[in-house]
Amino acid sequence: MRRSDDDQAGSTMMVWIRAHGFTACVLLFVGLFCLGPVLWQAVTSLKPDQDLVRLPPLIPERVTSVHYDRVLLQSSLPRSLANSMVVAASATVTAIVVGAFCAFALARLPIAGKSVILGVALVTSMFPPIAVISPLYLLMREFGLRDTLVAVGLTHAVYSLPLAVWLLTSFFQQLPKELYQAARIDGCTPVQALLTIMLPLARPGLAVAALLVFIYSWNEFMFALTLTASDTTRTAPVAVALFPGLYEIPWGDLAAASLVVTLPVAGLALAFQRHIIAGLTAGSVKG
Amino acid sequence: MAEVRIELIEKRIGQKIILHPITLTVHDGEFFVLVGPSGCGKSTLLSLLAGLDQPTAGRILFDGSDVTDLEPRERDVALVFQSYALYPHMTVRENMAFPLRVAPRAKRLERNRIEEEVQRVAGFLGLSALLDRRPRELSGGQRQRVALGRALIRKPRLFLLDEPLSNLDAQLRASMRAELLRLHKELKVTTIYVTHDQTEAMTLGDRLAALSQGRIQQIGRPHDIYAAPVNLFVAGFMGYPPMNLLSARLRNDGLQAGPLHLTRPSDAPTVDQEQIVTVGLRPEDVVVAPATDSGNEGAGFGIVRLTEPSGPTLWVTAELNDHSEVVTISGSAQAGFVPKIGERVAVSGPRATLHLFDPTTGQRLGAS
Repeated sequence: MRRSDDDQAGSTMMVWIRAHGFTACVLLFVGLFCLGPVLWQAVTSLKPDQDLVRLPPLIPERVTSVHYDRVLLQSSLPRSLANSMVVAASATVTAIVVGAFCAFALARLPIAGKSVILGVALVTSMFPPIAVISPLYLLMREFGLRDTLVAVGLTHAVYSLPLAVWLLTSFFQQLPKELYQAARIDGCTPVQALLTIMLPLARPGLAVAALLVFIYSWNEFMFALTLTASDTTRTAPVAVALFPGLYEIPWGDLAAASLVVTLPVAGLALAFQRHIIAGLTAGSVKG
Repeated sequence: MAEVRIELIEKRIGQKIILHPITLTVHDGEFFVLVGPSGCGKSTLLSLLAGLDQPTAGRILFDGSDVTDLEPRERDVALVFQSYALYPHMTVRENMAFPLRVAPRAKRLERNRIEEEVQRVAGFLGLSALLDRRPRELSGGQRQRVALGRALIRKPRLFLLDEPLSNLDAQLRASMRAELLRLHKELKVTTIYVTHDQTEAMTLGDRLAALSQGRIQQIGRPHDIYAAPVNLFVAGFMGYPPMNLLSARLRNDGLQAGPLHLTRPSDAPTVDQEQIVTVGLRPEDVVVAPATDSGNEGAGFGIVRLTEPSGPTLWVTAELNDHSEVVTISGSAQAGFVPKIGERVAVSGPRATLHLFDPTTGQRLGAS
């Protein structure tokens, strides 16, 4: 009796492996490939300094929080994280607000040369940042914005605006045209129609665009490095790169710092995932 | 409520002419139908009336005042879309209240007055139990009612309907047709209704305009258009089954359409003898009888190719052959006669209901 149960369990296992074995293997491989460095980083951040450069053991025998203490309590990283948060949030809000208005105009208002405008927007985003960095630096210095968060946030917003416009334009175009027309006939001005009808329905698109801009701004390094000069304005990636190491490279501290910097974005991506479900328009038009 | 005047309205997109200059008056409180095949420009005309699109030339007047350059919100028209265009993120209540909520501040009603209006219109349309549902939780007919409610709630001057029934099944369509007529009788709002379905046009409209290729072909009361179509397009488009259009030779003693001899109508136009005309016969006027008891003058004999029972009438398509010419004609079977495919039958058409057209211009010949 028991044996037949076991056999049955064994055979269902075989069926599962035959059906999903390949997929599982591929997923495992990709997962290890992508998360391996992160795992290594996590392990490193928990090792005491003297164990850092010894390979066996792979799994640390002693675990310490000394690196996290140093990064979070004794360095300027918390300040930089706050700076990053301010910069990324304001860049996101600016890019999405301006981008939504641009995209709405391109998607629904009678404008000549829409495809040209979209093309030009795309071209501007193709300039390598290094090509614009010195004029940008001079410009910001003239504005008196050098070494301010405004300069970094503004640059990030401008640089991610084409992306926001493109994404939102295609999202607005996917909304049935009749909904906009109905809103106009029901008495809306174009802006009212945008705010009351189009934006609520384009929420998944707004979430995607906001997430991408936020991640870009959070991770951006070169503009942030060039436009800031002091600990009080540095963003997190710059702070990690400039981590104080006088006589040796503090691998453990760096590992801890980079994990701390990565965590908010990873968390954000997971949180937003739920909003990125389309299908909000189901039922509006025949269906 | 308003009288709508369309003066020489024209619409082009690039070089393409969508609407040739159109002039049309819709009277105050009238139920007017624009009917035509898809691509004839009827929806474009509706967009122009609603203000969603600008004409290339011409004027639109509501009660004598020019609204051509006004925004949709300034025209005070309501439009029901074929797709209903309900706002999916709003409940039925919010959908219906929407036109009142976005009204200009000076005209906006208080919150509790809006709710009263929603309740009133919902009661009127039988939607009271559904106010908290979202559009996706409603059936097609219910969505249709919500769309009507949203359009009617602010008592528009002009009520536009763009093929509102074509997404409904046949039974629902018939009952919604009756419902629309009831609404129109009670509210007396000037209504312009666009459809490609000539049955809808015939049953709904006080008057109708048949459109084709961007031109108005004929304007009139449904019965008048049915009885005397002005050209071949209208003749073939209005009525089901479509009118038989045959090429015929005009003679002293009548008309010869291949093997079929027709008596010349008394009001026949003064045209040259031996002239070729196009003669139109409605299938309900063409009688198909058994070939044996053919006492009818001028009956032609043919072979049944197709039979279409439609309840009260059995439509028969027969092929008439006299060795030189073949004519295909549809008609209605004589009461009690059920022909089989391939059977020999006698086909005859009475003279009073012949329509004559000029085959080159397509225009109707004669007075009627």
